Amino acid sequence: MTEQATGAHHPQPRPRSGAQTPSPVEHVTGAQSLIRSLEEVGAEIVFGIPGGAILPAYDPLMDSSKVRHVLVRHEQGAGHAATGYAQATGKVGVCMATSGPGATNLVTPIADAHMDSVPLVAITGQVASKSIGTDAFQEADICGITMPITKHNWLVTDAAEIPRTIAEAFHVASTGRPGPVLVDIAKDALQSMTTFSWPPHTDLPGYRPVTKPHSKQIREAARLITQSRRPVLYVGGGVLKADATAELKVFAELTGAPVTTTLMALGAFPDSHPQHLGMPGMHGSVAAVTSLQKADLIVALGARFDDRVTGRLESFAPHAKIVHADIDPAEIGKNRTADVPIVGDAREVLADLIVAVQAEHAEGHRGDYTEWWADLDRWRATYPLGYDDPEDGSLSPQRVIQRLGQLAPEDTIWTAGVGQHQMWAAHFIGYERPRTWLNSGGAGTMGYAVPAAMGAKAGAPERTVWAVDGDGCFQMTNQELVTCALNNLPVKVAIINNGALGMVRQWQTLFYDQRYSNTVLHSGPGDHGTPAPAAGTRVPDFVKLAEAMGCVGLRCEDPADLDKVIAEANAINDRPVVVDFIVHQDAMVWPMVAAGTSNDEIFAARGVRPDFDGIDAD
Amino acid sequence: MTKHTLSVLVENTPGILARVAALFSRRGFNIDSLAVGVTEHPDISRITIVVNVETLPLEQVTKQLNKLVNVLKIVELEESAAVQRELVLVKVRADNETRSQIVEIVQLFRAKTVDVAPEAVTIEATGSGDKLGAMLRMLEPFGIKELVQSGTIAIGRGARSITDRSLRALDRSA
Repeated sequence: MTEQATGAHHPQPRPRSGAQTPSPVEHVTGAQSLIRSLEEVGAEIVFGIPGGAILPAYDPLMDSSKVRHVLVRHEQGAGHAATGYAQATGKVGVCMATSGPGATNLVTPIADAHMDSVPLVAITGQVASKSIGTDAFQEADICGITMPITKHNWLVTDAAEIPRTIAEAFHVASTGRPGPVLVDIAKDALQSMTTFSWPPHTDLPGYRPVTKPHSKQIREAARLITQSRRPVLYVGGGVLKADATAELKVFAELTGAPVTTTLMALGAFPDSHPQHLGMPGMHGSVAAVTSLQKADLIVALGARFDDRVTGRLESFAPHAKIVHADIDPAEIGKNRTADVPIVGDAREVLADLIVAVQAEHAEGHRGDYTEWWADLDRWRATYPLGYDDPEDGSLSPQRVIQRLGQLAPEDTIWTAGVGQHQMWAAHFIGYERPRTWLNSGGAGTMGYAVPAAMGAKAGAPERTVWAVDGDGCFQMTNQELVTCALNNLPVKVAIINNGALGMVRQWQTLFYDQRYSNTVLHSGPGDHGTPAPAAGTRVPDFVKLAEAMGCVGLRCEDPADLDKVIAEANAINDRPVVVDFIVHQDAMVWPMVAAGTSNDEIFAARGVRPDFDGIDAD
Repeated sequence: MTKHTLSVLVENTPGILARVAALFSRRGFNIDSLAVGVTEHPDISRITIVVNVETLPLEQVTKQLNKLVNVLKIVELEESAAVQRELVLVKVRADNETRSQIVEIVQLFRAKTVDVAPEAVTIEATGSGDKLGAMLRMLEPFGIKELVQSGTIAIGRGARSITDRSLRALDRSA
């Protein structure tokens, strides 16, 4: 197991030309060179929309038998679809747009992918090189605009540079800490004649990601783990990115330490595993949040001590020593000082940690966590995740999501938008396997769910893909259901329809004296002083909207129909399905740590502060 | 807040200065001075940045800089182990009475008079920030009409060169 884990699984910098026999030189246009490069680098699907500057590339794309293009309805959809594809498959996602507004519409998904470290290659057309800088029609400095939200970007004005740039772009996007890159190609570079040969000579002297951890730090980490009495493994998205979930399970079981997986890491460790405490953070489980607060050792693996996890940083995990392993050296010590910093790929780190902990055990050093587990089990038993069904007999959003999870086929891929429904989907669906939960964690991009589901379905056509979306989110990107309907991408969408921007409304309930400023989606500007439309007012009518877009539209309002409607949706596999679940509007996400407060001040439910008497041992 | 001098070796590619400068502003660091020029190798430029930060954020900014794909190497030059220079060009009001006093100050600071007009003298001076500051204080009473200063450039003392290894990396890839 560990031998395999340190093997050559991860892509290393591409061999310099000469290591592989170059293909015969072909005389092609820049556009053909681009498509040939995409074929060679293994891009099987591109989400995009053509337009003036990128138009030359679309001509050879039409003839490619290897690269499938999906014509989306909005470039933002292309970007999130590429992200969903990448998250579900582990491959690089590709999106394409024209210059100017086409390119700027990609900005949100690029920023989203940057925050969540998703390997994404965005290809944009640019005005002809002679026109750059003249405020030409549909010109935007997309390299300048995306500089802070890409891992790197390139402006290509010479057709000869296209193969090298595409090879470098895919390499940079997928290695080290993955991330989005952008290649902006001037129209004249696409049109001019050039030569094509693969592999190209690549040249990235300043890019050398470290994947192999330092053995001294590994030994020190293993020593701390076996000496500690209250350790917690704090697992982040890096473990999924590194395909290190098998190693994580071995390591967790070897040490016997509790595991908490962040929002980005759900599925990295089975939810059903007895050592799993749930998710940490603002809406984490009481046991997970408290375990970090009371821990004497935190082993952070591919996680970045985000503010949504730590709460007020000064009071986060005050007793804990920190082992921090990440492939990005800049994450280590950024928010919380690390006692043992480890730079490396999570898979290699875990493989080495397994060996090091085994060596400690062999010498008779083994952590005794019996008392720790007694505390953890008591917190789990006392403060489990839960909810109350509404007293008025309406649908509980949590129950809808829980039943969706229970009734969905095994291996279902879940995507979510951002807000209450996202947190409930994190809480009430069991994630047993990696790459089954896709969401916008760092950026918090409303509208992520539908296009990401489309991309996931394109990457895993044999699997069920459910998008759990809010009615606010859904109205931002639902146009991509047209794309799904026309391209045989039968995703399923559950709209958790509470008629409001639910999470914002929850904050207004808790922190703004129940003044619901601009969070009720079914009321209009003329409502002041006049009676608000009833909660059932359906503008838009999501069932009709779904049908208009070529999908099956279903609605569920009565708890008695819940299972039947879900079963009906699960049975449809030839078209996208949208289910409008009309849920109670006052449901709230609990537990909660209010923004800017300490994780010690977690509320298990409204007005319920857990009682931790006797556990502040030190 | 303490001053740190960073020598950043970068690939000589378009837009690299914007990438470096944008990184500083994005992460909330103030640049005291910045100077950029090509090195002995035409493919490598050297950016000298003087930045005013505490030690911990400096480590963070160094790590973030290292993530820029076109950045080859970052070295912090300690004041005691490096030669640091700035260049100023200053136009000082002068007449027949004051000109000789100004020229005397110029000589004291081993500066140069590079242009003379009936009402002004233009002076070129190089040196550390302290020395140039002292000279400017002496010139101040005569009336400074115009002042232009370069960013600090710096080089380590001794025989070792910080470009050696980066050059080899570049050569290997060539």
